[in-house]
Amino acid sequence: MNYYLRRTLRIPLTILAVATLTFGLIRLLPGGPFTQLRIQLIRQGVPVEQVNARIEELQSIRPDAPLWQQYIDYIIGVVQLDLGRSISLEQPVVEVLARALPWTVFLVVTSTILMFVIGVLIGAVQAYWEGSKFDKIMSSGSIFLMSVPYYIFAVLALFVLAFQLGWFPTGNAAARSVEAGFTIEYITSVLHHAALPIAAFTIGGIGSTALNMRGNGIQVLGEEYVEVARLRGLSNSRISTRYVAKNAILPMYTGLLLQIGFRLGGTVVLEEIFSYPGLGYYLIEAVNANDYPLMMGCFLIITVTLVVAVYVADMTYGLIDPRISAGDSDGY
Amino acid sequence: MGTDTDAGTSGVDWRSEATDADMTRRDRLEELYERMIYEPAVVAWSDWRTRVGVLILSVYLLMGLVEVLGLYRNPSPNQADALLKPFQNMAYPLGTTRSGVDLLALIIDSTPFILLMVLAGGVWATGLAVVVGTVSGYKGGTVDSVITSISDFFMAIPGLPLVIVLAITLSPENPILLGVILTINYWAGLGRSIRSQVLSIRENSYVEASRTMGTSTSRIILKDVLPNIMPYVMVNFVLAARYTIFASVGLYFIGVLPYTGQNWGVTLNNAYNQGGLFTLDAFHWLLVPIIAIVGLAFGLILVSQGMDRIFNPRVRTRLTGESKSVEEGEDDATTTGMI
Repeated sequence: MNYYLRRTLRIPLTILAVATLTFGLIRLLPGGPFTQLRIQLIRQGVPVEQVNARIEELQSIRPDAPLWQQYIDYIIGVVQLDLGRSISLEQPVVEVLARALPWTVFLVVTSTILMFVIGVLIGAVQAYWEGSKFDKIMSSGSIFLMSVPYYIFAVLALFVLAFQLGWFPTGNAAARSVEAGFTIEYITSVLHHAALPIAAFTIGGIGSTALNMRGNGIQVLGEEYVEVARLRGLSNSRISTRYVAKNAILPMYTGLLLQIGFRLGGTVVLEEIFSYPGLGYYLIEAVNANDYPLMMGCFLIITVTLVVAVYVADMTYGLIDPRISAGDSDGY
Repeated sequence: MGTDTDAGTSGVDWRSEATDADMTRRDRLEELYERMIYEPAVVAWSDWRTRVGVLILSVYLLMGLVEVLGLYRNPSPNQADALLKPFQNMAYPLGTTRSGVDLLALIIDSTPFILLMVLAGGVWATGLAVVVGTVSGYKGGTVDSVITSISDFFMAIPGLPLVIVLAITLSPENPILLGVILTINYWAGLGRSIRSQVLSIRENSYVEASRTMGTSTSRIILKDVLPNIMPYVMVNFVLAARYTIFASVGLYFIGVLPYTGQNWGVTLNNAYNQGGLFTLDAFHWLLVPIIAIVGLAFGLILVSQGMDRIFNPRVRTRLTGESKSVEEGEDDATTTGMI
């Protein structure tokens, strides 16, 4: 079967598997959300005979039906984009998620691209001037950057630039006073609010990207085909882009697929620190409010976002590296 | 992903196997000591990064030991004046919190917990990844496609949100369990990249030779495949350990993991929520746990950067000071991947 087709077919399968997992977490884990939801409702004073009806309304699962029936109910709900109702926000979960998703994607995509570009540039310069003062300083700097978690940058930036100097806002995705829309005012406000989270998230990843690029770059520079290209009299710009850059970046591009996963998970902490209304923020809100339908919805959507992101990255990888589209990348 | 798949390491194995017969047990032990402990130690020590890294890590081990043996006072409220600055009163060298808890005692108190958690996370993530990666890469066929599909599924789940959901249902308070939960799906990505390396190693002629000689699969994996991926595994062990620290502290910081007494993340959270951000008076309260976290991660990364050298056979054979400049670039290449 064609690689692209196979890869595309895997998406619904993965999403189904993840939906099954969330169902399992809700339903089967001892003391899981489902049990706790029941206790919580009883504690809130909902009469015992109505608890099942309330759970059905909140989570789209009939609690008294047999397990397989509940499972089918849940999956049908997911397919119809019905993820139940949020208890704390008193809105359908899907509406909350639809509002939050773009902000998270915006944060992750922007910061990942920035991180990749800046890291690759620094690493490339380091590799070319290997052993120079710049290389040494940058290597030490990268090692240091690798040992500082991104949320520390976030906290420090918030402390200095937002609270002390007041240059940046301390929460939200845009000023409340500004009407949403494609106006310059709104866009500036959005960028202003996103600047610190993006900067913190970007800086946190530059160190390892630069070190990787430096390592790959040095290795590629030592390859014979670079020497041959030089002997053939190809121009420097052609050698550096076609030969060195391409072959040094390719292995990092696969690493990027994994990074997207880690970074998407990382927004949970980031958004909480900056009170940035993305998926991670709502996940924590839901956790703190014992809002299980919203919590499970956030978890499911973050996962689906990741599946789609990795899919996109996988597809573009095929465009960059023709070897993979030849079919069996896992041909062994 | 640049690893050296040259026959260097296998050559050593080969020879030791052949000389087995005419060596006494004592000789063999001596050779083992030379090869496994003495030589790596010398090579590793020649690199400043390992030296500094090992020094930093021993400080943490020492702190853990101090706590286990109960050599330093336990943290408790009102044991000193509130919000003492670091080095202001030498009885409380790192200062105190708003409720008068000695910060140094706080940091020392949670060191064993953190170290256990980090070790558990690292061992779990890399251990499982090695097993999964080598078996699926070497075996191929159905085994491979089953394992690959499973790890693809786990790769599709973002780690931290999964941990949050699990933390709520399981409330892990044991450091070892917590370490495992934090890296619950970390092995998947790592296993995939180990698999791809094994795929290229298994094509090597010496593996082919072992296979034709009828050597068992487990022996081939142990003797021929593992030594080649060891550098990559060690580096990634450190990265997994670093991820465990970052994830745990981050999740404690935003308050989703169950508080088991005090630890660096909890301290950070308290400092943050009680005004550590707003006044310079309390800023040290925020800074001390940060330094503890960054220090540990820094030590780990330095060791991993230097450690690569131990496993790099081309560097190892030199065994002298000049190894400093050799293959400077190669050691970083294996860091590609996870974080």
